[in-house]
Amino acid sequence: MADTTVETTPEQVPAVAVHPLDALGASIVARGQGAVLSHEVTNGELTIHVDIQRIVETLAFLRADSSCQFSLIVDITAVDWPGRAKRFDMVYHLLSMYQNRRIRLKAQVGEEEMVPSATSVFPGANWFEREVFDMFGLVFSGHPDLRRLLTDYGFRGHPLRKDFPLTGHNEVRYDEVQKRVIYEPVRLTQEWRQFDFLSPWEGGAFALPGDEKADVGDPQKGLPATPNKNR
Amino acid sequence: MAVKDDTKDKAQFILPTEDEMNRGSLVQGGPQTGGLEVQGVQTGLYTAGADRDVTVREMNKDLQDQGFLVTSTADIINWARTGSLHWMTFGLACCAVEMMHTSMPRYDLERFGTAPRASPRQSDLIIVAGTLTNKMAPAFRKIYDQMPEPRYVISMGSCANGGGYYHFGYSVVRGCDRIVPVDVYVPGCPPTAEALLYGILQLQRKIRRTGTIVR
Repeated sequence: MADTTVETTPEQVPAVAVHPLDALGASIVARGQGAVLSHEVTNGELTIHVDIQRIVETLAFLRADSSCQFSLIVDITAVDWPGRAKRFDMVYHLLSMYQNRRIRLKAQVGEEEMVPSATSVFPGANWFEREVFDMFGLVFSGHPDLRRLLTDYGFRGHPLRKDFPLTGHNEVRYDEVQKRVIYEPVRLTQEWRQFDFLSPWEGGAFALPGDEKADVGDPQKGLPATPNKNR
Repeated sequence: MAVKDDTKDKAQFILPTEDEMNRGSLVQGGPQTGGLEVQGVQTGLYTAGADRDVTVREMNKDLQDQGFLVTSTADIINWARTGSLHWMTFGLACCAVEMMHTSMPRYDLERFGTAPRASPRQSDLIIVAGTLTNKMAPAFRKIYDQMPEPRYVISMGSCANGGGYYHFGYSVVRGCDRIVPVDVYVPGCPPTAEALLYGILQLQRKIRRTGTIVR
C-alpha cells in the first residue's frame, strides 16, 4: 500500500517571492561601491539612499547599467526637515523606458553643503536644479546657469523652506504718481485664518471653555466624571 | 439742436427738443453735433446718466413710420463700441479655459460682435482670466498701457478679483485692481462660461450708460 499523502517538508514550501524591485535594489546597493547606502521598497516603489557627494557617478551608473537603463530624469526636488542635523533631502526620480521601471534616490544634504550638479549626466536636470536652488536655496556645483527659475526678479528668501513666512516679504501695486508697479512691504488687511476643522460641527475634538470640569467631575458635590468621548 | 445741460465740466449729450421731435426735422450727424466736448480722460467716479437706450427707443416709436432713425453721435458711437468689443486674451490660469468656452459654439461670444485679439494695440477690452502673480504684474500693466482708449477691464475669477485661494501667498497680487482699474468683476472659481458672458453683457450695458466719448 503506497502512502498517497505527500509529506511536505519545510524545504519544499516555496520561498516567499522576492519582490523584483527589492532584488534590483539589493543588486544596486551591492554594485554601488559604497555610493549607495541602502534600499527600501514602500508602496511598490523602490527608493535607494545614496551619498550626495557621489550622486553624479551613481546617476551615471543607473543610466548606463544594462540591468537599470534609467535614461529619463523625471524630477529633481528637495524636502526641508528643519529639525534634522542635515537639513535637506535631495530627491531624484528616474524612469527606465526600457525596463518600465521607476526609481527614487534620496540623499541627505546639510544647509552649507554644495550638491554636485547632475547636468553632466542628464541635461534635463538643468531647470530642475534651478528650481531647487530657487525654492530651497541649495547650491549646485558645476551647474552651467544657476539662476532663480520661478520667483520674481530680486526675490528674497527661498519659499519652500519651512521657515519662510507664508505671505513673503513684498507685495506689488501700481503707483499712480510714479506711473509704474512698485514693491512695498506686505501689509495685510485681514488676519490669516486657520481652518483646522476642529469645531464640533466638523466632528473634531473640541473643548468648549469649562468642559474640562466635566471630565474630572466634582467629588465634593457628588458629580461623577463624564469624559467627553469626542476628546 | 439744443444742448440739454449748460454746464461745461461734464459729458454732454445732445438731445432733440420737443419742437424738433414734433417737426420731425432731425437729421443725424452734421456739424452741429460737434458741440460734444471732449474733456480728456475721466479719472473720477463714473457719472452714469439715464439709460439712453430707453430715450432713443421712445423717440423712435414716434418716428418709425416716417422713414428715418433718430440718434445722436454719442449713441451711435456707443452702439458701435458695445457691438464690437475686441478683447485681449489674457489667460493666466484655469479661468482661461472657461474664457475659451465662452468663445466656443455653445455660448458663442462672437455673436455679440466681439473678437479675440492677440495684440493689446488692437483691443479695447482685457479679460484678466486667472492668477496674477507679482512677476507678471509689471508686464500686465505694460500691456494695459498699450491699449488704446477707451479701454475696459474685466476681472475674471477669485484670483483676479482679490487673490482668491492665494490671497495670503508670497507671490500673488491680491487682486488685479491693485494694478489696473477694473470695470466688471466676475466672481467664481472659475466662473462658468455663462457667468463670463453675463459679465461681458454687463460691461456692454455699462458702456451704453456711461458713454465712451468722455471717460
